[in-house]
Amino acid sequence: MVKRLSVVDSNRCTGCQSCMFACSRRFGSGGLANAAIHVKSVGGMEHGFVVVVCRACASPPCAKVCPVDALSVRTGGGVRLDNSKCIGCGLCAKSCPYGAILWNKEENKPIICVYCGYCANYCPHDVIALEELEAKML
Amino acid sequence: MIEKDSLKNILYLDLTRKRFWIDERRDLFEEYLGGVGVASKLLIEECPQGADPLSPENVIVFAVGPLNGLFPLASKTVSCFKSPLTKNYGESHAGGRSSIAIRLAGYGAIVIKGASDYPVYISVHGKNVNFRDASALWGVRSSITVGRVLRNVEEGAGIRTIMRIGGAGENLVSYASVNTETYRHFGRLGLGAVFGSKKLKALVISGKTTVPVSDKRLYREVYDKIYDAAAKSPVMKKYHDLGTASNINPLNVMRALPTKNLKESYFDSAERISGEYLAEKYLGRRTACAHCPVACIHLAALREPYANEPYFYKTTMTSYDYELLYSLGSMLGVDDTEAVLKLINEVEMWGLDAMMVGTVLSWITEAFERGIINEDQTMGLKLKWGVYDEYAKAIRYIVTQPNDFYKIAAKGLQSLVEQYGGDSFALTYGGNGMPGYHTGPAAHLTYITGARHSHLDSAGYSLDQEGLKKGLPSVKELATNLYLEESWRQILSSLVVCFFSRGLYTPQLVSEALKVAGFGLTEGDLNNLGKKILKNKNKFKNQEGFNILELKFPRRIFELPTPHGMLEEGRLKEAVDEYRSLLNNS
Repeated sequence: MVKRLSVVDSNRCTGCQSCMFACSRRFGSGGLANAAIHVKSVGGMEHGFVVVVCRACASPPCAKVCPVDALSVRTGGGVRLDNSKCIGCGLCAKSCPYGAILWNKEENKPIICVYCGYCANYCPHDVIALEELEAKML
Repeated sequence: MIEKDSLKNILYLDLTRKRFWIDERRDLFEEYLGGVGVASKLLIEECPQGADPLSPENVIVFAVGPLNGLFPLASKTVSCFKSPLTKNYGESHAGGRSSIAIRLAGYGAIVIKGASDYPVYISVHGKNVNFRDASALWGVRSSITVGRVLRNVEEGAGIRTIMRIGGAGENLVSYASVNTETYRHFGRLGLGAVFGSKKLKALVISGKTTVPVSDKRLYREVYDKIYDAAAKSPVMKKYHDLGTASNINPLNVMRALPTKNLKESYFDSAERISGEYLAEKYLGRRTACAHCPVACIHLAALREPYANEPYFYKTTMTSYDYELLYSLGSMLGVDDTEAVLKLINEVEMWGLDAMMVGTVLSWITEAFERGIINEDQTMGLKLKWGVYDEYAKAIRYIVTQPNDFYKIAAKGLQSLVEQYGGDSFALTYGGNGMPGYHTGPAAHLTYITGARHSHLDSAGYSLDQEGLKKGLPSVKELATNLYLEESWRQILSSLVVCFFSRGLYTPQLVSEALKVAGFGLTEGDLNNLGKKILKNKNKFKNQEGFNILELKFPRRIFELPTPHGMLEEGRLKEAVDEYRSLLNNS
């Protein structure tokens, strides 16, 4: 079954960013250079937080604008990145209305969510979860 | 440390010449880890002996450590500076996003030197550093507004820290704070005034680099161990559920909650400023420092109607913690929850140390009762326990300093006492205002012996509370315990982890976590290093004229019992002597 990451309830988010660190840690190092998920305040911490992450669109604009076909549409929604084709032009990041394609400045490459759900394992307040795509109306 | 770790980079910012440069100081971080170990050493290197704390000679150091950006609960930044309040060693800690931002911008420390001749703010986005004209921001009295403005013009949403001062820092109030992420503070010892004296309104930092590790598998293992322990720990749950405010009721019940300038240690209305009551009636949101799953920051939602217009409301989110509820609640006899929240909000807006404000106002109130201070001095304010409006106006006057009395009040409790007398009821230790624990001898020993005169230096309040169950040790042992605790805390604040996680970060775990960061230190090495750092800090204090033997315990603390009975000055002095010899012989 095809999966994607879902923001279940952003009202429960405390902005601890454990998910961001988890995502970056998938590759074994610390820091945030590789995080495909981003948490920021809604214009000030007093108003709470937004969780920005790829929602695995059925017809993803990022794939449409990629000039070198580095992004291919995944069956069921979302995209996969072929790093060897990517030229780091940044059009994909600009095309996403959610701003969900984050950028690795050290490598000048987009960071594409692989829908693995590792981040959700480290959310202490059940804000995000991995869910099956077909079970949900998009 | 790991070869390519950017922790070794120190960013120097020269406000006089508007120049910056980066020095590699691997030696310093290998010897002192980071945080307070490195910051105190840089302060000694950079701040000339006898410097006026509000002159360009003073320096500001921010430092993070090897565990920031790697492990959960390593979420703190340490600042070191010469304190305008105590005129000696200044050190203050804050969380928010500050430590992650500094570390991932690619620095282990930031040193700010000189002074600008016009208002500036500095933005540091990785290697991109800019000095920006802040003339248009100078005069913005609310630290909250400064954040709102800079948030819209600076990059890095979600990964930046916006450190800034409000009116108190601009007006050089000796206990002005630097606020960050709206609700976190470099609160104690007057860093805000040092910012103000340098015409530095704000410092914005962001970054998103990788932090390298020595062993990827070990990293995940140690990470999970810490994360799971934090998620399951009952102590952490306490900080998440009710926050530090959960201490109000228990301390009150044991008659250790300083009330009305410590004329009493029991507050009749404690329930209304308790963590339980606030959580039930006002808690609107919890937030966390970056990389801390606990989320101990509690924001109260206060909905207030406008007087002249029906159905027009403003809702203010105010961050409350134990120390603020004590200093602006029980200490001032304010029993109206909403009034306490409003006072907290005033202090937040101006950018002040709440504990210092509380002890200054409670002293003025008692001095007013005794006729030492009159309405000429207070400019017509009739300060009285529990009267919110008068206190809010007094806070404003302390910041704006419209007469000599408020000019002196803005310098602190020590200055008030030197001018007007009344030292027997001035709750000050080495110039710093007393924290909210009248739990017994250990608490007061921490206030007097601690390098910052802060309850967090060696947590005597905790020792006192443990002692209620199993009895307090001898004077000598008490001093030894406090000395060892303060030494160990130098390690925690060099890593830099939050003190709330001290139960998790045992010497063994710290040693393992440091291995991941490429530091090979045994538990014994760590203990020795803690003592060395503490010695450095006290060396700076002494160099600036501090002498622990000249410090006096406030008379007031001997006038009413603690949960351990009446305090005996002779015994406390014996403990101070013992502490002193431990420090000198280390």
